[in-house]
Amino acid sequence: MTDILTIEGVSKTYASGLTALHHVDLSIRRGEIFALLGPNGAGKTTLISLICGIVSPSSGSVRVDGHDIQRDWRAARALIGLVPQELTTDAFETVLATVTFSRGLFGKPPNPAYIEQVLRSLSLWEKRDSKIIALSGGMKRRLLVAKALSHEPQVLFLDEPTAGVDVTLRREMWDLVRSLRDRQVTVILTTHYIEEAQEMADRIGIINQGRLILVEDKQVLMHKLGRKQLTMELQQPLAAVPVLPCVAPGSLALTKDGLELVFTYEREAEGGGMAELLAGLGAASIAIRDLRTTQRSLEDIFVGLIEGSTAQDSNAPDAAKAPDLSGASSVSSAADASGVVP
Amino acid sequence: MNLYAVRAIYGFEMARTRRTLMQSVISPVVSTSLYFVVFGAAIGSRIPSVGGVSYGAFIVPGLIMLSLLNQSVSNASFGIYFPRFSGTIYELLSAPVSPVETVLGYVGASATKSIVLGLIILATAALFVPLQILHPLWMLLFLVLTSVTFSLVGFIIGLWANGFDQLQLVPLLVITPLTFLGGSFYAIDMLPPVWQKVALFNPVVYLVSGFRWSFYGQADVALGTSLGMTLLFLLAALALVVWIFRTGWRLKA
Ligand SMILES: Nc1ncnc2c1ncn2[C@@H]1O[C@H](COP(=O)(O)OP(=O)(O)O)[C@@H](O)[C@H]1O
Ligand SMILES: [Mg+2]
Repeated sequence: MTDILTIEGVSKTYASGLTALHHVDLSIRRGEIFALLGPNGAGKTTLISLICGIVSPSSGSVRVDGHDIQRDWRAARALIGLVPQELTTDAFETVLATVTFSRGLFGKPPNPAYIEQVLRSLSLWEKRDSKIIALSGGMKRRLLVAKALSHEPQVLFLDEPTAGVDVTLRREMWDLVRSLRDRQVTVILTTHYIEEAQEMADRIGIINQGRLILVEDKQVLMHKLGRKQLTMELQQPLAAVPVLPCVAPGSLALTKDGLELVFTYEREAEGGGMAELLAGLGAASIAIRDLRTTQRSLEDIFVGLIEGSTAQDSNAPDAAKAPDLSGASSVSSAADASGVVP
Repeated sequence: MNLYAVRAIYGFEMARTRRTLMQSVISPVVSTSLYFVVFGAAIGSRIPSVGGVSYGAFIVPGLIMLSLLNQSVSNASFGIYFPRFSGTIYELLSAPVSPVETVLGYVGASATKSIVLGLIILATAALFVPLQILHPLWMLLFLVLTSVTFSLVGFIIGLWANGFDQLQLVPLLVITPLTFLGGSFYAIDMLPPVWQKVALFNPVVYLVSGFRWSFYGQADVALGTSLGMTLLFLLAALALVVWIFRTGWRLKA
């Protein structure tokens, strides 16, 4: 799959002196749905605005389908549609007029049939002659999507499409985004709802304090989510991980100076061989004081990453607090996740 | 050249004018008519004619200029300020539209509106005073140049302003005084000698003078000077607009 968007070493320092983006590198694949996930103030809007030409970069370069956004701005911008975070619309224009205006602004010859199709697909056709001021919030947001699609862009940015939106509207928006994929449009959306990224994205990028700290396939992230852990407090510390015939070697790990044994298993695997493990431990005369199971949600991963990147150098203690991950080869902890950063 | 964009912006702005037809057209016409009633008929009849032109007729070019300047500035400044204020400017900034195209759209629409308005006021004036236009093509040229120049000025004000109060400030504190002191209601040689010199620093003097010459063949300054100065203002305003777009001033963070 080829990349439609390439961001290289992009930084942005506002006139206020605040650096909102620190050397961001990111490639977006053609046709994918990419979620940029991060808390408020992380720099999501800044990154999008910069790509769209609303904010000028302090350094770095961005290419859209090979067109540099600064040298070849006309070609680059013509490929992009933007749905801003705020519901900013002209109040007194009609729906049809404002969408037609957008198409013209982006240099496309009039095409009433296409505009009609876009409005119909967004359930706005009946409202085409209504003034924007008379639309509900949900309709206004759909109208902004219609404006952004009016010039047949290849890349669509949705900045917090469901912030402050009720559950029904959120579902509606999700369906809409999925239907965009069928149009072969690459969608990049920002959100601070993990659920949203999980629901829609093919890949997820996590951004915090202007740094892109993780970019991963959603499936991989979900895989981590799918793991559970059994933590056993031991009566006596162990010097080494016990070798048990019935347990995969990588799935056991020792922490807390040998006082805790952690077993990682797939949630789907119905206990994942827990009975055999316990039997094996009994046979090896390893006495257990207590045990508990834990499961990591995407939220935990997210929070761990955010804390890890916020408290820059305090990763080590974090890692110690998260023994659950050691030994499990494909799982990264808060600390080593930063190593995943491209 | 993204002509579709120019057309879209121009059309959008003209649609806004149509929606606000009352305040856009009717109110300048009414207020100008009041000037004619007061200065033309009531007081004007007691004022001797200026250079052979009755006072009521004499003030027509100046009054048109007054409206032209105010309308051009307020139109163009509002046109670009409002999207900045409401946030809809994001679309313009993210579109493949160059500064030249943006200015053509916004300033073109504002100037069009001013020119139409100027002609409407001219027609209104003809109802009150006997009018004579010696050089109609020159009259149109000054009408167009002035509308474009001050629409550019308005555009700059709309970019500069950070509030509706500031938007009103420049027309109120700069444009209106300059027009009143710029010979709209009198010939410059009616002023005391010192003030005649001071008046030459007022750009509006050149506009009014050239415009009035196209009507009655009499001017405060030579026609060439009027035209030259008008073009100079146009270029200065253009240069400023170009600089603004180059730097992204007030547009891009
Ligand atoms: N125009 C601006 N001038 C100065 N600082 C800004 C500007 N826009 C955003 N910021 C700051 O940059 C940081 C990132 O903001 P933003 O990109 O809006 O984050 P997000 O969209 O992830 O919530 C924030 O600290 C915000 O206050
Ligand atoms: Mg934001």
